[in-house]
Amino acid sequence: MPDWPSARAVLRGEQAWVSAPSVLPAPSILPPAERRRASRVIKLALGIGLEAAQGADVSTLATVFSASGADGHNCHALCEQLATDDRHISPTRFHNSVHNAPAGYWGIATRAMAPCQVLCAFDGSFGAGLLDTLAQVVLDQQSTLLLAYDSEYPEPLFATRPVPDCAGIALRLEPQPSPQALARITAWTTDGPAPAWHNDTLEPLRAAIPAMRALPVMERLARGEHGEVCLDYLSGQQLAVRLDPPV
Amino acid sequence: MTPLPLTAYTATSCLGVGLAAHRAALHGNQSGLRPCAFETVNLPTWVGEVAGVDDHPLPAALARYECRNNRLALLALRADGFEERLRAAVARHGAQRVGVFIGTSTSGILQTELAYRERDPATGALPASFDYAATHNPYGVAELLREHLGITGMATTISTACSSSAKVFAAAARQIELGTLDAALVGGVDSLCLTTLYGFASLELTSKEPCRPSDVDRDGISIGEGAAYALLERADGAAPDAVWLLGTGESSDAYHMSAPHPEGLGAQMAMQAALRSASLGADAIDYINLHGTATPANDSAEGKAVANVFGQRVPCSSTKGATGHTLGAAGALEAVVCAIALVDGFVPGSVGTHTLDPAIPLNVQMQSATLPVRRALSNSFGFGGSNCSLMLGVGA
Repeated sequence: MPDWPSARAVLRGEQAWVSAPSVLPAPSILPPAERRRASRVIKLALGIGLEAAQGADVSTLATVFSASGADGHNCHALCEQLATDDRHISPTRFHNSVHNAPAGYWGIATRAMAPCQVLCAFDGSFGAGLLDTLAQVVLDQQSTLLLAYDSEYPEPLFATRPVPDCAGIALRLEPQPSPQALARITAWTTDGPAPAWHNDTLEPLRAAIPAMRALPVMERLARGEHGEVCLDYLSGQQLAVRLDPPV
Repeated sequence: MTPLPLTAYTATSCLGVGLAAHRAALHGNQSGLRPCAFETVNLPTWVGEVAGVDDHPLPAALARYECRNNRLALLALRADGFEERLRAAVARHGAQRVGVFIGTSTSGILQTELAYRERDPATGALPASFDYAATHNPYGVAELLREHLGITGMATTISTACSSSAKVFAAAARQIELGTLDAALVGGVDSLCLTTLYGFASLELTSKEPCRPSDVDRDGISIGEGAAYALLERADGAAPDAVWLLGTGESSDAYHMSAPHPEGLGAQMAMQAALRSASLGADAIDYINLHGTATPANDSAEGKAVANVFGQRVPCSSTKGATGHTLGAAGALEAVVCAIALVDGFVPGSVGTHTLDPAIPLNVQMQSATLPVRRALSNSFGFGGSNCSLMLGVGA
């Protein structure tokens, strides 16, 4: 699902989902030097963020990046190198190893100097990101872009963290409704269980990639349905999300 | 923001375990930096290593989290009776009403580096004992603390390189203000590993000597490790002499992955946002704990930024010559340094600074000095252009 119109069609049941490796957009917004250094996860984050930011002044948006891991390929290459006698690692590999690398590239690309948050809560990363995003929108009355994404690890790390592909979702949350708004969103933590998601086709995707834990919310947004869904979040705690019609 | 009291806090770094060791070293202008003898690292640099971390294995129930970073996390938690204060807060508020917000840049990646040396020669597999989720993943340390303390409230790691554990204060304060939580464990934990030591060396940012923040001859950082925590609670019943979080300011440089904006524009925005958040003017600030890494570019940019916001009056210092740059733990560690300065009424010296760079137009305090400090600002800036300033205060 390369973009929201395709995802929306699949989530509405209008189009069949065909499992295929993610095709990531070229990061044309980056200056040439950074474009060359941009990894898959950076291309992914820029792609979903720019699509969700359409219609807004991207340079003024606050951002919340939430990812269960950083760039798995880069991490593998660093650890492999550090296990040899030659520990001279590449400076670019090193600065791309920080969890906030996509956020840094986003800033360079968009000139956004607004606050930027970068979170990780393992498989609960989407929930952590949504809670902090909502807090910024409510308290600071600041338009905020939530980017939740994950990238695959190559072997041998894949055996311990089997995230199969790059995938992410982005939501632009505004303190006031606009004509573009799809819904009004509320979220809170709960110790009640998250019920099974009755979408047999996409359930494996939801289960395999932490950012895709948001799919039940995206399904409702795609279908224009309102009401409550409960998402997997942390051990012993779930996240309830309510969608109402935009006022 | 609504001010929040720090109802308990503690710090562990190369200066020692707990507040008393930090007080003594900061008052006495002492440094904990030593020539690097960490693991198998062969680099001509000095580091701030916490003594005896590996002498404190985790309790059996937490064995899957076993790694240097998590050992440091629990070692630091036990200091100053902090763990007991936290457990009491969990009992008081309820396990669901306490959150965990931990800043780290590398978490337990050392464990992965070591595992890569033990890959199966035939299959390339990592050793079966390697636990990615509990040790390598940035969230591992937050979940360790959550499990150890029986906290079931919301939890997250913030990983924005060297601003990580300043930003946890802002994120936790937001949730308390919204009413999601009544209290939060905030802090930072980062430990020495090969990735950061060889990585900063590859960027030619490590000094061959103990680092010299703001010095005319500064030539790079000394990497340190540490863990520092605070308990943020609703204001009800706070002691009159408590240290308060008064404001937070966050911004992005939008400039470069590993170099600060040369004029410190993002840094200025973060400091101004912290002043606004605390409803204070620049003249109300008595001390600034600089990010002050001792790289030529960082100190120069921060000097311009601080001078633009505060002029040259406010006493400033970097304590990284004492503790080293503890990366993802630096924000929380330096917030605790500010808390000590506020409680004791003194300004820490800038250990390692001998001759102030004339191009840095700041009132840098070379030696610690007894001065009334009612409001202190702590700066933390990280790779990717992530900036955070915290405003702390004591008394009314």
